[in-house]
Amino acid sequence: MNWMTYIAALPEMTILALICVVLVADLFVDDEHRVVTFWMSMAALGITLWSLLATAPDARIVIFSGSYVSDPLSQVLKIAATGFVAISFLYARDYLRANDIHKGEYYVLGMIGLLGMMIMISANSMLTMYLGMETLALSQYTLVAIDRNNVTSAESAMKYFVLGAIASGALLYGISWIYGVTGSLEFDRIAAAIALDPQLNSLPLWFGLAFVIVGIGFKFGAVPFHMWLPDVYHGARTPVTLYIASAPKLAALALTLRILVDALGGLHDVWADMIMVIAVLSLLVGNIVAIAQTNIKRMLAYSTIAHVGFILLAIFCGTDEGNAAALFYTLTYVVAAAGSFGIIILLSRRGYEAENLADFKGLNARSPWFALMMMFLMLSLTGIPPFIGFFGKLNVIGVVLDGNYVGLAVLMVVASVIGAYYYLRVIWYMYFEEAEDQAVLQSSADTRLVLSLNGVAVLALGIMPGWLWVLCLQVIG
Amino acid sequence: MDFSQHFLSILIWLPVFGGIALLAIGDRHAEGSGWGGTMRVTALIVSALTFLISLKLYAGFRNSIAVMQFVERVEWIPSLNVFYYLGVDGISAPLILLTTFITPLVVIAAWDTIKVRPAQYFAAFLILEGLMIGVFSALDGLLFYVFWEAMLVPMFLIIGVWGGARRVYATLKFFLYTFLGSVLMLVAFIYLYRLTGSFDLFVFMEVPIGMTAQKLIFIAFLLAFAVKVPMWPVHTWLPDAHVEAPTGGSVILAAIMLKMGGYGFLRLSLPIVPDGSAYFSGMMIALSLIAIVYISFVALMQQDMKKLIAYSSIAHMGFVTLGFFLFWWIQGDSGAVLGMSGGMVQMISHGLISGALFLCVGVLYDRVHSRQIADYGGVANTMPVFAAFMVLFAMANAGLPGTSGFVGEFMVIIASFKANFWFAFLAATILVLGAAYTLWMIKRVIYGDVANEKVSVLKDLNRREFIVLGVLAVSVLLIGLWPAPLVDMMNATIEHLIERIGHSKL
Repeated sequence: MNWMTYIAALPEMTILALICVVLVADLFVDDEHRVVTFWMSMAALGITLWSLLATAPDARIVIFSGSYVSDPLSQVLKIAATGFVAISFLYARDYLRANDIHKGEYYVLGMIGLLGMMIMISANSMLTMYLGMETLALSQYTLVAIDRNNVTSAESAMKYFVLGAIASGALLYGISWIYGVTGSLEFDRIAAAIALDPQLNSLPLWFGLAFVIVGIGFKFGAVPFHMWLPDVYHGARTPVTLYIASAPKLAALALTLRILVDALGGLHDVWADMIMVIAVLSLLVGNIVAIAQTNIKRMLAYSTIAHVGFILLAIFCGTDEGNAAALFYTLTYVVAAAGSFGIIILLSRRGYEAENLADFKGLNARSPWFALMMMFLMLSLTGIPPFIGFFGKLNVIGVVLDGNYVGLAVLMVVASVIGAYYYLRVIWYMYFEEAEDQAVLQSSADTRLVLSLNGVAVLALGIMPGWLWVLCLQVIG
Repeated sequence: MDFSQHFLSILIWLPVFGGIALLAIGDRHAEGSGWGGTMRVTALIVSALTFLISLKLYAGFRNSIAVMQFVERVEWIPSLNVFYYLGVDGISAPLILLTTFITPLVVIAAWDTIKVRPAQYFAAFLILEGLMIGVFSALDGLLFYVFWEAMLVPMFLIIGVWGGARRVYATLKFFLYTFLGSVLMLVAFIYLYRLTGSFDLFVFMEVPIGMTAQKLIFIAFLLAFAVKVPMWPVHTWLPDAHVEAPTGGSVILAAIMLKMGGYGFLRLSLPIVPDGSAYFSGMMIALSLIAIVYISFVALMQQDMKKLIAYSSIAHMGFVTLGFFLFWWIQGDSGAVLGMSGGMVQMISHGLISGALFLCVGVLYDRVHSRQIADYGGVANTMPVFAAFMVLFAMANAGLPGTSGFVGEFMVIIASFKANFWFAFLAATILVLGAAYTLWMIKRVIYGDVANEKVSVLKDLNRREFIVLGVLAVSVLLIGLWPAPLVDMMNATIEHLIERIGHSKL
């Protein structure tokens, strides 16, 4: 094998090297000039993005003895993940500085998490997947606890860590059963083994599969493995929540697609029902419980759970189009989620977390522009056309109807109507109520610019959704 | 660039971009010159210009043919086979004209009565206008749905920001009710898309559909449109929304948004699922008759003027759905044409009359800040000109011959006589009940002795209010005395529609 083939892993190597550079350089930066670390991290992300574009694979490349794959899907997900990590760094900077937690570790851990995501996205064997997952998870645990003097942060980090460890254990246990039955860890070989010997498709393999689905459910935050999600979203400082809510969803999607479709696609009949049950539960529990929340971070956490229901229902269909719909939905959901948390960060300031719904009261009077942006984001999450969230739902409902699951389609739209209530409540507070908090929004020009672009993006993408859908279909097919 | 090629696009996007421009101008220029500031003048110019341009819709419309006119068709989302496909026929053209006609009046009516964030208020109305024209002209299912849903957002804000005391409850109820109705329509659209590979409404109309699917699709459409019309028993959002909405919101809601439901029946339900419509036509007629009779009695009991007009709207819209669904109960096409044209005329006429009545209530509310009938009495003594207008519109609402209210109701009643005596008997009760509740309100509000201090100091209409009500009065009388141009405009299209739904699609 030519060593040049390893160039496919250049983005991972690049970011690893740059993380080391930033980590060391950060030692020589004092707190006054921490913004240097920020810009170095942004540069590192920029170089990583460049390396991603430079190594764009035309076809599927498998290297490292079958444990690493680079294909158009991994390319798209990695570019998006890098972009969202960069956006979350940008939104976080002013907040962290204002709250005296502007540490270089935030950026370094964020980039290590990105490395973990990239490994997950490119995993072609169970162990690579597990490796990436743990790299991501460990940096997330630490990020949640980054404000160590904050009791809720520490508590939620502990909760996240313990539950995460259990989920990892379950996943690893499931992997060991699958390995035991099929005799391989590589996704291609697992699929080949199942195809070759239908006898394998029996209880021992299903047993392993069930544990793998537990792991997937946990990573995605699907009901009934969602308990950590509201507490972590709530407990973590908002920039960390933003980080957790955005790019890692793409990695979770890769985890699901790689394991369930690439490796265990032959077991679709078996896992489809399991996925459907947790998806439907997520839809209902997420949307209904979100109504009762008064904390917007918790509300968005439950809304995430509901959106995961949509993503899983697309995967449940088991068609290429369904997987493309899941990819489309995840990408567009993350755009809206990142923007929403960005607005929450924008409203916060030194010593003040704008995390209650009531903090949004009268935003239209304080800043009509950002109230409009938040309205766009909320309408996109609701699924009102012409915002992009609508087209995500349209595609998912389309593939579900293709499978003749009319009942599921009706359930999905009814759940959307239930969900509309709590998104509309944000608009109601922003537009119909008087402001309780009159402070002027403080943020730097670049944050405002990117946040505005983020808000406008959900509208612009909604007016021109065609290319993204074509892209999703191409990279899946 | 040839503008005549993009005629409908201009009608849709001119007000939308005008609204965006208003948002950019903002309240900074709210006051200023004697004209009321840059922002108000811009709103007026944009809405007036839209109306003037839309007149070409009437002038350039060819009555004799039933095909779509002013068609625009551009690829929008090739991967989903969605087209930016616009066009009008005899059903949608009058409704678009109604929209462009009412909106400038709403802008004028709100000229100096809206004090809070006026720029956003006018912007919401302009954007809403564009989206409503979009609904009436979209011929692609997805495009139709996009306009249909997007339209909810400005109205949600109009009721919520500028509404009365219980505005939040009313506007959430409005939004969730209509949203629940329309998402099932989306499911039906996607089902049809999967069946045909296209969102084109004409493809939907051509494709054969099985009876079970037709019934389900009809129910999905019915939920969307019945909520909008609104039909009994899903009408309960309307009185709340009307009472809490600002005057302009009530006017647009009653005059145009309710018509979306009726339009939806004609454009989607009847031609796409004719057999499903036939199957449910008895139920539809029953629901319409319940709306006409029962809701009229409810209207009789109202203490609040806006609520009374809201219930009267539900009853009058019952005529529209009655007229549309008589087709399967009448021998011979001429009766069916009469029923359907009657429904259409009723939609236009009700748009003018209910809008005018809400404006009248708005005039009183601006002065006294009460909508309760009991707070008024003897208004004719202090506001004679206003009283004349309000009595005229009340008579029109009661279906007095010579006003537009008479034409549509009469056509529908004649058609229902051809179907069944009892349909006609029940439908005709509105002539009695409608007169009862409207005139009783008029008696208590307008006539009699001056009831209290507030009424005794009332000032009559100012020039702005006079223009708005005057224009509406002229149009109500014009359609009442000479409805031929309106009926001619829609005749060919309705005959074509009736021919289409006469053929089974099984």
